Amino acid sequence: MAGENPASTTEYIQHHLQNLVYGNHPDTGWGFAHSSQEAVDMGFWAIHVDSMAWSIGLGSLFCLMFLRAAKKAHTGVPSGWLNFVELIVEFIDGQVKDSFHGRNKMVAPLALTIFVWIFLMNLMDLLPVDLIPSLLALTGVHFQKVVPSTDPNVTLGMALAVFILMVYYSFKIKGTGFVKELTMHPFNHWAFIPINLFMETVGLLAKPFSLGLRLFGNMYAGEMIFILIATMFAAGAGAGLVSGGLHAQLFGEETSALFWLVIFVLVVGVCWLNLKGKVSTGKTVLLCMAFMAIGGGVFALGGGLMQWSWAVFHILVITLQAFIFMVLTVVYLSMAHEDH
Amino acid sequence: MELVIIAAAIMLGLGALGAAVGMGLLGGKLIEATARQPELGPMLQGKMFLLAGLIDAVPIIGVGIAMYLIFVVAPGVGA
Repeated sequence: MAGENPASTTEYIQHHLQNLVYGNHPDTGWGFAHSSQEAVDMGFWAIHVDSMAWSIGLGSLFCLMFLRAAKKAHTGVPSGWLNFVELIVEFIDGQVKDSFHGRNKMVAPLALTIFVWIFLMNLMDLLPVDLIPSLLALTGVHFQKVVPSTDPNVTLGMALAVFILMVYYSFKIKGTGFVKELTMHPFNHWAFIPINLFMETVGLLAKPFSLGLRLFGNMYAGEMIFILIATMFAAGAGAGLVSGGLHAQLFGEETSALFWLVIFVLVVGVCWLNLKGKVSTGKTVLLCMAFMAIGGGVFALGGGLMQWSWAVFHILVITLQAFIFMVLTVVYLSMAHEDH
Repeated sequence: MELVIIAAAIMLGLGALGAAVGMGLLGGKLIEATARQPELGPMLQGKMFLLAGLIDAVPIIGVGIAMYLIFVVAPGVGA
């Protein structure tokens, strides 16, 4: 994929940051975009097919799996999947009870959906960056972003839904009190109405924006770092040593990062077998050296280790971000339910 | 174009600085509070993680933008 020169590294990164877009191109009509420029030309009425497919797919997966658990729910001691689902539901229930003080049956299920759905979408980040795009490239789909939450349209769309709920419940619960809150709040005098209105509107609009952009920013930065580490695999091919020439002879100039993933798995597998005492140390060193000579020297191993360590750190980030989105949604809805 | 690198450095450095101070305060206060009232520990820890995520968001977004600037907007500067 990417070579050692900066130009193609940039191409590689930009290729990974391009969604699969379906829209109406002014010259070619309805169809998929074949380049970033075509995607831009399609303008506003174009749809990110990959984001939609992955997010809706993961959402249905969540619904189906939890429905299966809900149907089997019983009063006895739960086991397996049912136990896990009960754990999540009780955790969310506890969080909502802590921070939501109004009376609304919809908030806890909403919080559960938001938490699990965002967690599943973020979880796609832990798949190797090239795995699904390079598999799909074989079937002729050339752009693919598998993490829906790295698409601002998805995160801001979810934040917009939360915002609509906030405004709806503010009007429903507070009625004219909501208008009063917007116009009379910091300075309780009629002359300050325009200033109050401006300040409160900015405060109100900032909530969905920060909600959506926080999730997007975190996932985008995480994905960016995965992609940058992935460019290191390709740097291995250009590193010369034994590998550069041999590698090019065996597999051609263009090799996908999937190949280095296989090498990495092989090296780790041999080391693991050595730890278990099934392969002698001498053989392990020889096998590792052989794999690395084919795969591109230390870069394959170093890149793999970096991917792995960033992925381990990222597990914390993806869970935390899903949790924060959920808690803030509950807090905002709780503020909408506070009747003075 | 070299200024882009400087911009990325400032972005990363100041973002990390602010977040480090924030995290330090947060962790210190958590330990102080837990030492004073150990029974509140689990509740405070949950709140601490929530705030840690909020603090973490700012520098990590900075890292994302900085990486984009270095590797996409100004690739190969100084190389």
